Amino acid sequence: MDMPAKKLGLKERYGLLTRDLHWDTTYQPMDKVFPYASYEGIKIHDWSKWEDPFRLTMDAYWKYQAEKERKLYAIMDAFAQNNGHLGVTDARYINTLKLFLTGVSPLEYMAHRGFAHVGRAFPGAGARVACQMQSLDEIRHFQTQIHSMSVYNKHYNGFHDWQHMHDRVWYLSVPKSFFDDAFTAGPFEFMIAIGFAFEYVLTNLLFVPFISGAAYNGDMGAMAFGFSAQSDESRHMTLGLEMIKFILEQDPDNVPIVQRWIDKWFWRGYRVLTLVAMMMDYMLPKRVMSWKEAWEIYAEENGGALFADLARYGIKPPKGWAQACADKDYLSHQAWNVFYNYGAAAPFHTWTPSAQDMDWLAAKYPDSFDKHYRPLWENYTEMAEKGNRFYSKTLPMLCQVCQIPMFFTEPGDPTKICYRESEYKGDKYHTCSDGCKDIFDYEPEKYVQSWLPVHQIYQGNCFERGTDPTAEGFDPLIAVLQWYHMNIGRDNFDFNGIEYGKGSEDKNNFEKWRAMSTGNM
Amino acid sequence: MSTVFIAFQNTDEVRGIVEAIMDDNPHAVIDMQPGMVKINAAGRLVIKRASIEEKLGRDFDLQEMHVHLVTLSGNIDEDDDEFVLAWKH
Amino acid sequence: MTTAAIGKYEFAPMDTVEKFPAPLLYFGWEDHLMFCAPYCVPFPPTLGFGDMCKGPFAGIYGAHPDFAKIDWDKVEWFKSGQPWQPDYSKSLAENGLGHKDVIRFRTPGLTGLKGSCH
Repeated sequence: MDMPAKKLGLKERYGLLTRDLHWDTTYQPMDKVFPYASYEGIKIHDWSKWEDPFRLTMDAYWKYQAEKERKLYAIMDAFAQNNGHLGVTDARYINTLKLFLTGVSPLEYMAHRGFAHVGRAFPGAGARVACQMQSLDEIRHFQTQIHSMSVYNKHYNGFHDWQHMHDRVWYLSVPKSFFDDAFTAGPFEFMIAIGFAFEYVLTNLLFVPFISGAAYNGDMGAMAFGFSAQSDESRHMTLGLEMIKFILEQDPDNVPIVQRWIDKWFWRGYRVLTLVAMMMDYMLPKRVMSWKEAWEIYAEENGGALFADLARYGIKPPKGWAQACADKDYLSHQAWNVFYNYGAAAPFHTWTPSAQDMDWLAAKYPDSFDKHYRPLWENYTEMAEKGNRFYSKTLPMLCQVCQIPMFFTEPGDPTKICYRESEYKGDKYHTCSDGCKDIFDYEPEKYVQSWLPVHQIYQGNCFERGTDPTAEGFDPLIAVLQWYHMNIGRDNFDFNGIEYGKGSEDKNNFEKWRAMSTGNM
Repeated sequence: MSTVFIAFQNTDEVRGIVEAIMDDNPHAVIDMQPGMVKINAAGRLVIKRASIEEKLGRDFDLQEMHVHLVTLSGNIDEDDDEFVLAWKH
Repeated sequence: MTTAAIGKYEFAPMDTVEKFPAPLLYFGWEDHLMFCAPYCVPFPPTLGFGDMCKGPFAGIYGAHPDFAKIDWDKVEWFKSGQPWQPDYSKSLAENGLGHKDVIRFRTPGLTGLKGSCH
């Protein structure tokens, strides 16, 4: 009787299907085949030391990804067939999806490109295969997000031109410039920026509250794509962690370079997460946990363990860590105020928190909410009810690095705006924090190129072709919104309506359709 | 000691996986959240193939966990029989 | 230059003064964070400083109940964070304000909605 061949173990399969695919080139020198592997100053002596602890091979990868897709699309079909969009808590919730689709989904596409690029750039087969898988994951996330949110586009405003908006709208320059910054760096910096700082240190704060929030607010579609994407994230986080350990173990000269990247990219990523903070505390009708609680679990506790583990290499927690932890009492409130101020210029709705919402916020933020923010929201509501809903009509000053309106306050004083100033080749540059100033001062030649939306508007670069700014009655704000492809009066303004209390189209339609779905109108 | 954690989607199959993990890691603590289940453990968490097979009543490949994973924290070491999460310090 | 690059890394800055209709001025009202961030406006350099406070500023900040109570003679000014004394009767340029300068003003006794600095 023939004995069946012994099945190979996981480590052997991984060795054969990954490492064994590598060869050193002979027709061309290796440094010409991999021209981007050394210019950042990172020294790698032995790529065979790279470990992928999941030991996932390409054949197993396809098998599990196919299974994830089948599960996901079954749920998405069920959601659409069952009018799932009417099952969410409240039409306010839908605005979180608009923020996600315009702000995050285009980054998934950039991550796809970025990992394809760095995967090609690394001379080691283990890292190449892991980056290839992540690149494929990212385009899957991009596609499934668009697909699952397309059902909302049939019924609600603001979903119609997200990629066009991503490249133009003022607050979307924040996530866009973040990723462009990483994408234009070398392959090792990209890995620390996206693979480590974003995926490992910060991604839980983006996805876990967002998906739990979707589940909590009855959005089966977003929950399904979120969980499906998140099932890949564990692998991405592991790639980021293994990459940093590998670089640090290869040469002690790598340590200071990596530390600088950690300082920079923790801060860049933290600034982008500002949008998540306000989503959690203000935009979800039914809230999972506060931003502060999420920060404590996923940043302070988890990040604390991570940096304690990395201390053996001489790595310290990122420079801005303490300030980020101190800001958790203020961040979401300050951020939502920015969007409330500029609610005419964003393609989603804003609103003041209800009395019940404010009680929740006061309980979650006992040291800051009643003292600093309750009077603000009460005043706004009072103004709106009198017919004077407040909108800022003048453009804000932006940070040269993170590109966020300069609303951040001095460490330890939530009443004082934090201003930082640098000079480079005779021009002044302004930043919102020590973190952003340090980043500017190290590479001013990079950040003098920032495409700051406010400055671009004043330079006249943000109008549709053929617009005549000298024409009588020219309204520059309207012209900019047209260039954004916003449906003025439908996508923007208060959730409660341009005429306060009459309701936005989204709000009114949701209420009407929900009544039809639960009764016999 | 630092905490490691692993979170799964809260699904039918995951219930068996979680039961097996809790049996093998008496120091672990379950944290239920909307749509997901998170397991926290001081220092180290071991996930054993044999224990999951026992609970599910079928063969199980540890890499099947990829379909259910939400997030994790800690250094990973995986082979055919065990998946270990730990902080080294 | 510290940017790691595979070749020459030199690019023109995006926001030099000649690209704007007028030099940019940044300005913020201390203790009034209802206006969530400082503003940015290309004011003509010939605009009188006092005219700016009474004119454009009234349109920009007038929605706040404290604005009407401002005693402009008692306002404390800062330029790049340092105490600074403008001459209300002179123009922005004559007051030494140039492209991308940042000024702030503090209105003693006025600390926002219910003293919340908003």
